[in-house]
Amino acid sequence: MTERMPGVVLNEGGPWGGGSGGNESNEPKRPWGSGGPRRRPGPTGPSALDALIRRGRARLSGGGGGGRHPEIELGGLWRWAVLGAFLLWIAVTSTHTIGPQQRGVITRLGKYAGTLQPGLGFSLPAPIDIVTKIDVDNIHVIDIDTGADGAQGQNLMLTGDENIIDLAYSVRWDIRDPELYLFELADPDGTIKEVAESAMREAIARVTLNEAIGARRSQIEARVAERAQEILDRYHAGVLIQGVAIKQADPPSGVMDAFKEVSAAQQTAQSYLNQAHAYATQVTAKAQGEATAFDKVYEQYKLAPEVTRQRMYYETMEKVLAKTDKTIVEAQGVTPYLPIQPAQRPQPAPQGK
Amino acid sequence: MLRRNLLWWAGIALVLLAATAASLAVVPETRQALVLRFGKPVRVINAYHPGETFGGTGAGLVGRVPFVENLVWIDKRVLDFDMQRQAVLSTDQLRLEVDAYARYRIVNPVQMYVAAGTERRVSDALKPILGSALRNELGKRPFAALLTPERDVVMGNIRNALARVAAQYGAEIVDVRIKRADLPDGTPLESAFNRMRTARQQEARSIEAEGRREAQIVMGEADAEAAKTYAASFGKDANFYDFYRAMQSYRTTFGTDDENPRGAASIILSPDNDYLRQFRGSRR
Repeated sequence: MTERMPGVVLNEGGPWGGGSGGNESNEPKRPWGSGGPRRRPGPTGPSALDALIRRGRARLSGGGGGGRHPEIELGGLWRWAVLGAFLLWIAVTSTHTIGPQQRGVITRLGKYAGTLQPGLGFSLPAPIDIVTKIDVDNIHVIDIDTGADGAQGQNLMLTGDENIIDLAYSVRWDIRDPELYLFELADPDGTIKEVAESAMREAIARVTLNEAIGARRSQIEARVAERAQEILDRYHAGVLIQGVAIKQADPPSGVMDAFKEVSAAQQTAQSYLNQAHAYATQVTAKAQGEATAFDKVYEQYKLAPEVTRQRMYYETMEKVLAKTDKTIVEAQGVTPYLPIQPAQRPQPAPQGK
Repeated sequence: MLRRNLLWWAGIALVLLAATAASLAVVPETRQALVLRFGKPVRVINAYHPGETFGGTGAGLVGRVPFVENLVWIDKRVLDFDMQRQAVLSTDQLRLEVDAYARYRIVNPVQMYVAAGTERRVSDALKPILGSALRNELGKRPFAALLTPERDVVMGNIRNALARVAAQYGAEIVDVRIKRADLPDGTPLESAFNRMRTARQQEARSIEAEGRREAQIVMGEADAEAAKTYAASFGKDANFYDFYRAMQSYRTTFGTDDENPRGAASIILSPDNDYLRQFRGSRR
């Protein structure tokens, strides 16, 4: 087909007619005829073109008369070009590669006409069938952060006990039903966000602040996901909520200090308890030690009471008197056997007697 | 001559094509087409019917009389409008800022076209109705009730009120939902914060006091335990304990314990002292 093209273009009747040697002598009036002689001897371009043209013409118009075929050949060129473009257009617009996470929704002149599964899919060409590729399994994430809107850069919500919480969360969803997703809602993405937000506020309004901050977070997440799904199903949104995750649940920044005070108080209380337990261990251990020591001594004492008693007395006196200054006075007359030396003491201490 | 013929044919084909194009219309799944004949609504193409499945609706290629019938496009999907934030006063005189949205669908295009013209004007018409319905409904309730499951009832009532008006515009309310219900900025929010703050402070104090109480109990119990241990042991012979403990006490108080050398003392003894009994050469 491509081989024929030059032959078609450079024919004698057309405006480009000067191509072949034979014609030139017949029609010398052409404005570009003068170029002919110069071109003729050239062994390159023109002659090669000429050969090609001649071959093409021989093949195309073997038996036909000279007068008619120019128009046919001119029309033929355009026909081939248009046909080629047309075929290309059909080929491009009627085959579709659908990715593994995609579905292709076909609308035939506006009417829904089926869904293409992953792989190579076929439809009628473009103006008739239009294929919209939709990411089905791709999980979309909507983040609703603190500071997205609301007061002082926070996402404040009222809890069931009329307290206020600052909440950030994200919603994950994908498309379950591409047709519904395409045709049913005017603004599916915005709808999902609004529904999630409404469901979240509803759930938060049913729990207390402490529950929302701590213990029941996962329960809230599950409830919001379920509720949002329920509402979206009612809208026929064709969307599947994969999950809701609370990223942050804090008291608002204005009251944060008071909350810190609570945890500080918890620490303080705990330290009181720790100290008490330390004291308790000490006291009871001491009691046990002393009691056991006494019991041991008492056991021996019972075996020989008088002797043990005397021994202990003397041992103690020995210990006491060995390291103290001793003065023995006669009761009457006050004659010291040993000198009293109060000044020798390393440091003055209150005197016992 | 043939070329002129060709031109003629092309011209005729073009005219034919234009005529066909003018007499055909492509109705997508997402739209309803209201056909007006010289301005008078005559029929609806691809009208919404509940429960229909895509592919089985009136969408697709439809015919119309060219130059006589005009098409008005109306969205078939679920549309939405947001209400501006509104301050609502509850029966206990607390202000709440409320934010709501409604979802609706045009189910009667003829009525909608006659009453409003475009979907946008339906939204504009319904917005203030939603606002006033919300205020009426919420204003009948105390603040706390807005935070309870009673919200469902509230929303149901608002939906009903809105649905009555929407029907006049050929629209059907799919859902009404309160998106947010917040305390207004400024004093109300500040006083709520203050309340939270003081509640926390009270909690902090009570946690501290509780900790102190527990600590006291633990220490008391330990003391009691120790006393019990002592009593069980020492009680076996009070007389001996007195002696035993006195001996220990002497060592400690007279500072002769190695651990405690600071208490060195002078002792003045009478020769009558029991310890010195033998010292005297056993006078007794």
